[in-house]
Amino acid sequence: MTDRFNLYRYASPATFYPLAGALIPYFAAVSVVFGLAGLWLGMLVAPTDFQQGEGYRIIFIHVPASWMSMFIYLVMAFWAAIGLAFNTRLSGMMAQALAPTGALMAFLSLWTGALWGKPMWGTWWVWDARLTSELILLFLYIGYMALTAAIDDARRADKAGGILLLVGVVNIPIIYFSVKWWNTLHQGSSVNLTKSSMAETMLWGMLLMAMCFWMYSIAVAFARVRTIMLERERHTDWVKALLAGDEK
Amino acid sequence: MLKIILAVVGRDLKLAMRRQADIVSALFFFVIVVSLFPLGIGPEPDLLRKLAPGVLWVAALLATMLSLPRLFADDHRDGTLEQLALAPHPLGLVVTGKVIAHWLVSGLPLALIAPVLGVQFDLSGDALLVLTFAILIGTPALSGIGAIGAALTLGLRGGGVLLSLLVLPLYIPVLIFGAGAVDATVTGLGGEGHLSLLGALTFASLGFAPWASAAALKIALE
Amino acid sequence: MLEADNLECVRGERRLFAGLGFRLEAGELLYLQGRNGAGKTSLLRMLIGLLPPENGEIRWRGQGIRKLGEDYRAELCYLGHLNAIKEELTPLENLLAAAHLADEELSEDEALDALEQVGLAGREDLACKYLSQGQKRRVALARLVKERRALWILDEPFVALDVAAVGWLAGIVGGHLQRGGLAVMTTHQPVDIPAGQVRELRLS
Repeated sequence: MTDRFNLYRYASPATFYPLAGALIPYFAAVSVVFGLAGLWLGMLVAPTDFQQGEGYRIIFIHVPASWMSMFIYLVMAFWAAIGLAFNTRLSGMMAQALAPTGALMAFLSLWTGALWGKPMWGTWWVWDARLTSELILLFLYIGYMALTAAIDDARRADKAGGILLLVGVVNIPIIYFSVKWWNTLHQGSSVNLTKSSMAETMLWGMLLMAMCFWMYSIAVAFARVRTIMLERERHTDWVKALLAGDEK
Repeated sequence: MLKIILAVVGRDLKLAMRRQADIVSALFFFVIVVSLFPLGIGPEPDLLRKLAPGVLWVAALLATMLSLPRLFADDHRDGTLEQLALAPHPLGLVVTGKVIAHWLVSGLPLALIAPVLGVQFDLSGDALLVLTFAILIGTPALSGIGAIGAALTLGLRGGGVLLSLLVLPLYIPVLIFGAGAVDATVTGLGGEGHLSLLGALTFASLGFAPWASAAALKIALE
Repeated sequence: MLEADNLECVRGERRLFAGLGFRLEAGELLYLQGRNGAGKTSLLRMLIGLLPPENGEIRWRGQGIRKLGEDYRAELCYLGHLNAIKEELTPLENLLAAAHLADEELSEDEALDALEQVGLAGREDLACKYLSQGQKRRVALARLVKERRALWILDEPFVALDVAAVGWLAGIVGGHLQRGGLAVMTTHQPVDIPAGQVRELRLS
């Protein structure tokens, strides 16, 4: 019983709300710093690619966005698993707060991919394995958001969304594998940790931008989870006390 | 374990037989969608032969989607789903039975009529055989994965559209390997690899999907 | 036998009840009373294990019902406000299918006898969609005639029944209590049950 009590305490919205609020400025600031450094490195320092010219520089947005779109789905699935296993209130709220950012990242990845594809391949869209998988990932995000929006009861929405996320996470490798089998047109993976085909400055620029996106996602997700908490818990004592305090 | 699955299959089949119009209309939907394609793209046999696997499979996905919203909704509305959830067996076994029954009345008829439609697309005998076999072993996966979506959207407003949004992306591997098997046969590469992967997908989804659906149903019944 | 301890129910944003508890022994009947929306049906759904309580525990023979799972459900009979009958099937098929799916023994003769008791003799082979509302309710109630599970949970069983049928159902429930069964039911109008110890619980 004591274990459960502790878990509830840490996962309690009343405790997490002020904590998230205090952390947001730090994550936002770190994101800006990383972003500026990454853009400086990517746009000004990194050499022009001898094959792709200046246009390649869009990968400093494209690649981190793709990474984040996949990573955020995994984090959401993680929260879903925690929520279903321990029945904590916070987990479902975190998953819901992350979903729009994940969808945004998937969309950004597709959009920048198209912008990059036009000069490189001569076409906006190619049915290549990774672009297609990214598109399907966007569908999965939209499906999750549509499902949770369609269920009125918040707890039920969390649980149903959680099951969908876990089903999705099991399916993503299968979908990726099948799409890859179906077509591999894309050039090989651009970042390879053992044998990098890129200049070191490019890799650093990309990693810095990835950190920037990561910190941004955390800051935005925290801001969103705070509003979700207020909305869902508006009848609890702590929210009433908080709102009364604001009005004075 | 087998007893309860068979009991559910038996009951659902009996119900389906008293509502044959539903089976027939899903089947006709399949036939009509497939027949529209030549009208839209023109009658050149070469082109049709190339498009046939994809067209037939996409139509099969859509035809399966038609009957999915009612998989649990009827039982939910009249209270039988509660009784099934209260029966002294794991709910996953009940769902397994319902998935099998759904396949028997939706997937199996598609497989039986597919060769006739394949002839309209000028497919060779080999390709027709592979097409039938692929639809036969691939559609159980559609029923299984679809059950998860049907359970998640049970009782929701606009559940049917939402169901397609959730389920169709998850159908992509089945579409790829199913259509790929026929395509590989048409081009002379042999579809065995695709077919075995399709079989693996069906096995995995029949093992996994009923339990995910059962978890979703319990949430819907709260 | 059946104990509830410190139950709390929250639906949406409303707390329907908290700190609710009771104890029910063999041969006892629990009447749940309360105005509409007081949480009677929610409490029943907790007792059958479909709705997890926000707080508190329900025990059957000393063990938590969540842990017992199928063993608990094997001793439970629930009759909701929905009839749980299939319109396409006949009354006889409905009874047999329900028993089959619940893993109960029910022969065709027993089922016919049950239907005769609820006044549906001669209608056994008519699809349920052709029956009136009251007759459909009787098909659902016919399940109780041969039901030998220990715990009956009935949601408004007397609604929409005529006087004769109310008396008949009271007798069926009384027989169940006499055999040492337990029953929990919600109702607006208390009905005299001819046997067993009656307890009342009022939700407000």
